[in-house]
Amino acid sequence: MKKSKIQNPKSKTKRILITGNEACGEGAIQAGCRFYAGYPITPQNELTAYMSKRMDEVDGIFIQAESELAAINMVFGASVTGARALTTSSSPGISLKQEGISYLAGCELPAVIVNIMRGGPGLGNIAPSQSDYFQATKGGGHGDYHSVVLGPASCQEMFDFTRMAFDIADRYRNTVIILGDGILGQMMEPVIINPRSQIRNPKKWALTGCKNRKPNIIRSLLLKQGALEEFNRKLQKKYDLIKRNEIRFEKYRTEDAEIIIVAYGTSSRISRACVNRLRKDKIKAGLFRPISLWPFPYNALKSQDKGKTKFLVVEMSMGQMLEDVRLAIQDDKRVHFYGRTGGSVPSEEEIIGKAVSCKL
Amino acid sequence: MNEQIICAGFGGQGIMLMGKFLAETGMKNGYNVTWLPSYGAEVRGGTAHSMVHISRERIASPVVSKPTTCIVMNKPSLVKFIDRIKKGGLLIVNTSMVNKVPEKKGIKIVKLPLTKLASELGNVKVANMIAVGAFIGLRKTLSLKDIQEALNRILPSKKDLISINKKAIELGYKLV
Repeated sequence: MKKSKIQNPKSKTKRILITGNEACGEGAIQAGCRFYAGYPITPQNELTAYMSKRMDEVDGIFIQAESELAAINMVFGASVTGARALTTSSSPGISLKQEGISYLAGCELPAVIVNIMRGGPGLGNIAPSQSDYFQATKGGGHGDYHSVVLGPASCQEMFDFTRMAFDIADRYRNTVIILGDGILGQMMEPVIINPRSQIRNPKKWALTGCKNRKPNIIRSLLLKQGALEEFNRKLQKKYDLIKRNEIRFEKYRTEDAEIIIVAYGTSSRISRACVNRLRKDKIKAGLFRPISLWPFPYNALKSQDKGKTKFLVVEMSMGQMLEDVRLAIQDDKRVHFYGRTGGSVPSEEEIIGKAVSCKL
Repeated sequence: MNEQIICAGFGGQGIMLMGKFLAETGMKNGYNVTWLPSYGAEVRGGTAHSMVHISRERIASPVVSKPTTCIVMNKPSLVKFIDRIKKGGLLIVNTSMVNKVPEKKGIKIVKLPLTKLASELGNVKVANMIAVGAFIGLRKTLSLKDIQEALNRILPSKKDLISINKKAIELGYKLV
């Protein structure tokens, strides 16, 4: 197999008004993803619909599977042959995919999984939420594994991060989860689509037919004494490498901040506006926004701590990323929390009120 | 400028499209824009609404809780949103679908029989575009020319529809 260079036929930069769901789909197309399997669920339906149209245009494969379980296993099948494969869903559907994600991890297969989170538990509702953070960042399925998890906060990032996710997935033979929410999926914003050609390394491990070469074996069943422990240690080494290379975060006005809001995704957009309003009222506020939710930027966050700094974690959940912030800061008294859940979105006023009260 | 708009009405009245037009036009004029639809069990029969931010500043939340402008196409929407409008804000009401508009201090209320006007133009579906024209006429943040250009981009293959939509926008613009 040779290195392949992929050129995009419609290689012209354009700025268009599209939904986050569509931006995500286009990011996958631009990354050279030519296999999509999914099952409809609100609030990510525009994504499935977009792929049904776009895959046809680029001679890719679009399958509306009979279930979420089938979709993730189709992605498994495509990935094992070396294809760039994508599945997308929303919270209840992502729960159904967990077995497949664990198997992908067990076989070290790259794949991109998009979760446009909605309120839970159970069927919950169809409004935006961030309550799948634990599931996404701590594994989700069975076994000692991690997916790389990226948290976009705009339609542009839905595009950029999805395109980047395929590179990360291939580089480490690992699953990558794009953790968005109902707002990011359904809102429209201007997005710059800037096609680029890409160099892709051959996947020597892929099952492509073993004529004239040694057969590749890909499986997650390791019964031989000690083999599974050995495999898990190898996985951990890979995760250590990912922790070294793939940590991403954004700081905003944190240099002299006495209170730092920690938030990702939609919550971080709202929190950023709160920082500006607090600054106008002479309150030294800043924002720390984890972009890679796994690996979590523990050290970068800790380095913002000047000893007396207060931290306010804002989430659309009852407090999940909060635990990672506590782990980073190691002083629970200074780590505060404000969350809305069940599909509710925090307002600027609520966050500002909480920030003022915990600064006292 | 920081315009926060809610367009609301029955599903089928072109509520989502109305918001998209405004957002698209704002974008072409160099503003930051967001558009957010409402979905739910309410889509059929009840009210649907879309929320649009048009701002010079970076937009924090696309959720509009206190609109500066509200365009309501039916009665349930009027009841739902009238008390949320910011002081000094604008309310455009489709009086074809609302028999009585309550008085409200601190906001400007513009009453137009949009559905009736649209059917007189020859297509009841363009009531939303008359409302868009009225909004442009009253707020002056976006120009008539820009919104008509947006029409060409959004409906490129439907020449006959473009002309009646243009007429509808002009009518709304002139009426106010």
